[in-house]
Amino acid sequence: MTQTGVSLNVQNLRKSWGQLEVLRGIDFQIEAGGFLTLLGPSGCGKSTALRLISGLDEISDGTILIDGKDVSRLAADQRNIGMVFQNYALFPHMSVADNIAYGLKVRKVPKQTRKQSVDRVADLMALDVLLDRKPAQLSGGQQQRVALARVLVSERPLVLMDEPLSNLDAKLRTEIRSEIRSLNKKLGITIVYVTHDQSEALSMSDTVVLLNAGRAEQIGTPKELYDKPATVFAAGFIGTPPMNLLRASDVTMPHELVANADTDPSDLLIGVRPESLRFPGQDMDLSVTCEVTNIEYEGSVFLVHLVSPSGSKFILSHAGENVPAQGTEITVGWDRSTTHLFSKSTGNRVPFET
Amino acid sequence: MNKRLPIGLAAIMLVIPCSLLVAFTHYPAIQAVINSFWNNASSRRPSRFVGIENYQALMEDDRLAQVLVNSTIYALGTVPLAISLAIGMALLVNSRLPGTTLMRLSFFMPTMLPMIAVANIWLFFYAPGIGLASQILGLFGLPSINFLGSTDTSLASMMFVAVWKEAGLFMIFYLAALQSVPTNLKDAAKLEGAGPVRVFIDVVLPLLRPTTIFVAVNALINAFRLVDHVIVMTEGGPNNSSALLLYYIYEVTFRQRDFAYGATLTVLMVVLLGILAIFQFWILNRKAHYQ
Repeated sequence: MTQTGVSLNVQNLRKSWGQLEVLRGIDFQIEAGGFLTLLGPSGCGKSTALRLISGLDEISDGTILIDGKDVSRLAADQRNIGMVFQNYALFPHMSVADNIAYGLKVRKVPKQTRKQSVDRVADLMALDVLLDRKPAQLSGGQQQRVALARVLVSERPLVLMDEPLSNLDAKLRTEIRSEIRSLNKKLGITIVYVTHDQSEALSMSDTVVLLNAGRAEQIGTPKELYDKPATVFAAGFIGTPPMNLLRASDVTMPHELVANADTDPSDLLIGVRPESLRFPGQDMDLSVTCEVTNIEYEGSVFLVHLVSPSGSKFILSHAGENVPAQGTEITVGWDRSTTHLFSKSTGNRVPFET
Repeated sequence: MNKRLPIGLAAIMLVIPCSLLVAFTHYPAIQAVINSFWNNASSRRPSRFVGIENYQALMEDDRLAQVLVNSTIYALGTVPLAISLAIGMALLVNSRLPGTTLMRLSFFMPTMLPMIAVANIWLFFYAPGIGLASQILGLFGLPSINFLGSTDTSLASMMFVAVWKEAGLFMIFYLAALQSVPTNLKDAAKLEGAGPVRVFIDVVLPLLRPTTIFVAVNALINAFRLVDHVIVMTEGGPNNSSALLLYYIYEVTFRQRDFAYGATLTVLMVVLLGILAIFQFWILNRKAHYQ
């Protein structure tokens, strides 16, 4: 079973419900066979964007090009798109086989061909022994596999997935996550994936579109989002725990670092990831003297909760021995290469020379 | 709050509702069965045990045969009609058309009226010549029909009133069921290329099945239970063409004062309703639930 994906190009996508503007013009594109994730907190418009691409909701403005063709005004079933829904959306009164074959039946595919396609997909998704069951007799992971199988059997070149893993437990989630990723690679289908889970987005995608309040905050590869967050929001959303943001006045640092940046020092936020912080850190390029308020044990690391003299809370991810004791005053430091600067007033990244 | 009730007081409090149940439900039911084995008392001779004589009469009663045929036609006609109408109305008021609140109210209105009132309203609608029905026929240049006075139309007229009154109530059940059909199921079908009719037949209708079974059984029981409109509008006439089983029992018992035969007919009806109820529980347990 070989399929080829199609490219998707979304330009100035807008959606309003009455007075309420949900999407305020977003642009992104994805190559054939690519994996793009729409990431954002709840209410950012990511699911709305997916429904607009699918054609289930009508766009207010903008253009959607699939394989170079404008489909903005086409009905949902004319766009040749498959979709996996958050709660799987399996038909409860149909057997697994009938669920998978439904699309083929609607499109009047002959019974014999239908059965062959279902068997092939069931084999691929390890569902062959479950074909006669009803969805209610399946576990969550099995239901999710049926939902994927239903999309795959139609051989759609573009598949949309709306938080497909959010109802599964942690172990199944990682399992199906890699299954989806390998289907994407193996079959060459283009996938647009919606999630609020940044680790899911980072681990699966070729491109991540980070949405916030109906706008694209940053678009890039997972590595770009992690290494060079474009805004304070992106810095605070990507990473577990997210990036620490400190006031310049709390930080002991080389003078020219701030002088190079063309922003008033009082408007600067210094960003550093918990995993880039070192303890003890007196000798590092930048350092903060702070108090330990709490310690969380995470297995591979200790999360040390700290509070700076001005009262900002931040976190050190400590991997070695010598865990600082709660209540003590310590100095943590970091390399200038792992430093990020942001403007407090605009929220944007401030470039500087390392 | 969890103080235990003295056993004596508890017994008294249980006996009160129990005695009401016995006095108004169980005693009359048993008495009806007993009465059906005795003949009717008159002023000259007392009632006498006759065995199954009343039941033999039942088998040979031509009027009863006609009434049972009427009741069957009535039930088989009103139930599917009321159900399809209710689904149609529920779909209409569940859509995003303007004025659905007003529609819901007007569809539900007949259900809120007592059957007696409904019957009197329809008496005017059906009035030959001046009634609404005749006027509508007149608009299309058709001759006026004496709906209630003709053996061809009287039963159908009764059925129409019943459907008009019942469909609104069933619509409420269907409306609730429609609103609990998950949107993403419909979306999934739509993306697979199913049109609105296909989505309704393949996805919505199967999910309405538990509601349909519930409504169908209730409608069936109502078809035997409600006779107010027959009493008000036609008194079973003309020539028994609109007489239903319960109306026949009423007539035999309270007009002809044949209590023994009335009791026999009552037993027949209780048995019929009992069979329907057993059927209801059997099918509800078996088929109604998916999740």
